[in-house]
Amino acid sequence: MRGYSAFALLAGALSGHRRWARAWRDAAPRPAYDVVIIGGGGHGLATAYYLAKAHGIANVAVLEKGWIGGGNTGRNTTIVRSNYLWDESAALYEHALKLWEGLSSELNYNVMFSQRGVLNIAHNLHDVREGKRRVNALKLNGVDSEWLGREGVAAFCPILNLSDHARYPVMGGTLQRRAGTARHDAVAWGYARAASALGVDIIQNCEVKAIRTAGGRVTGVETSRGAIRAGKVGIVVAGHSSVLADMAGFRLPVESHPLQALVSEPIKPLLDTVVMSNAVHVYVSQSDKGELVIGAGIDAYTSYAQRGSFPVIEHQMGALLELFPIVSRLRMLRTWGGVVDVCPDASPILGTTPVGNLFLNCGWGTGGFKATPGSGHVFAHTIATGAPHPLAAPFALDRFTSGKLIDEHGAAAVAH
Amino acid sequence: MLLIPCPHCGPRDEIEFACGGEAGRARPSDPSALSDTDWGEYLFMRRNEKGLRRERWRHSAGCGRWFVLERDTCTHALRAGR
Repeated sequence: MRGYSAFALLAGALSGHRRWARAWRDAAPRPAYDVVIIGGGGHGLATAYYLAKAHGIANVAVLEKGWIGGGNTGRNTTIVRSNYLWDESAALYEHALKLWEGLSSELNYNVMFSQRGVLNIAHNLHDVREGKRRVNALKLNGVDSEWLGREGVAAFCPILNLSDHARYPVMGGTLQRRAGTARHDAVAWGYARAASALGVDIIQNCEVKAIRTAGGRVTGVETSRGAIRAGKVGIVVAGHSSVLADMAGFRLPVESHPLQALVSEPIKPLLDTVVMSNAVHVYVSQSDKGELVIGAGIDAYTSYAQRGSFPVIEHQMGALLELFPIVSRLRMLRTWGGVVDVCPDASPILGTTPVGNLFLNCGWGTGGFKATPGSGHVFAHTIATGAPHPLAAPFALDRFTSGKLIDEHGAAAVAH
Repeated sequence: MLLIPCPHCGPRDEIEFACGGEAGRARPSDPSALSDTDWGEYLFMRRNEKGLRRERWRHSAGCGRWFVLERDTCTHALRAGR
């Protein structure tokens, strides 16, 4: 693989940008691999990359039924943060955030990670108390976080509706300055390119139809491009986790819901941070192209269709205008949806399954993008060693038997 | 946008309804007799079907009636449940 650099860019420019090599090999499936990863989203590609890079297991295939990064990786609102309440979550998401901070140079690929801060607005006394509690919990866990009073919020994000007569007045907010956004497609492409360079086969248009087992252990998968034998298999398929678990003969506590987002027409720089509000339920940032990127909620019913219902969008626009009356004449360009696997405790499931050598990484629900590097890193460790990474251990599937849930509904109450 | 057939009021807009989730999940008659696995199974595990699914709905902003609906989770096609 030729590295990307300023000199490479200059050489590319001098040759009219006609000599760039493909970023990764579009591989055809081979009959057998040490590890097969099902799902070519950010988490699956990151898992393959860290298997090859950190554990020396490069005989790996990533099977993607569509194109890489075409699912939730390319459908989220690109927000990265680690301000989670409970110790287990804070440790896992902070691990991811630290990897984000070095990711562009690690992958030699610009993922456009921008630490522009994430501001969570408090609109009532409960929000204020919860926000301050969360700031204190985060500080105890060594995660950067600060409480801004109303004046602090006004200075940090002056376009917010700070009127005393607002239906949901702004009473303060929590700010994580190291949080921000990243270019989501670049994350998939960067991991794919780096993994491919280490020998990983990335196989697109390859849908898994069945999981083969023998004596309680996984032996391979049947796909739309033929059978593939595998020593170990990792399921990293987000919204379709229940479908894959069904193939392997066990059930999951997740349910799949459509989660929507939308973008406005591009405008000049207006918002230089990420603003989230649990009470009115909206999260918004501005892309480098100038579009406002606005996140909506999930539909209450389950769905595998990658589209949501209009009432959710309507609610979203109401919430946006409540916070930012300045954008009232802005037109929306497009909306889309992704299928997210929501867990009862709003925390992911990472680790082993009832089937030997079959591993599971799912349940990230509405907030998986931010965890991509950390998720891949700890899941690669789990697959390579056969035992959960210490940061992943609390997120095992058996917590739904033991009752040791990690209830992040309160800390991360909204889709994000 | 779903147009949901309420058995009492007829077809109405989805915003009038609350989705009650998977149908046919009966609470075990004696939970304390169950193993942790079985109790966890009842509390948390879901079918999460891709395709046709039976689910409970309530016309919460209308007549208040609970009923069962069959819905395809891929196409969102609806029909009254049995």
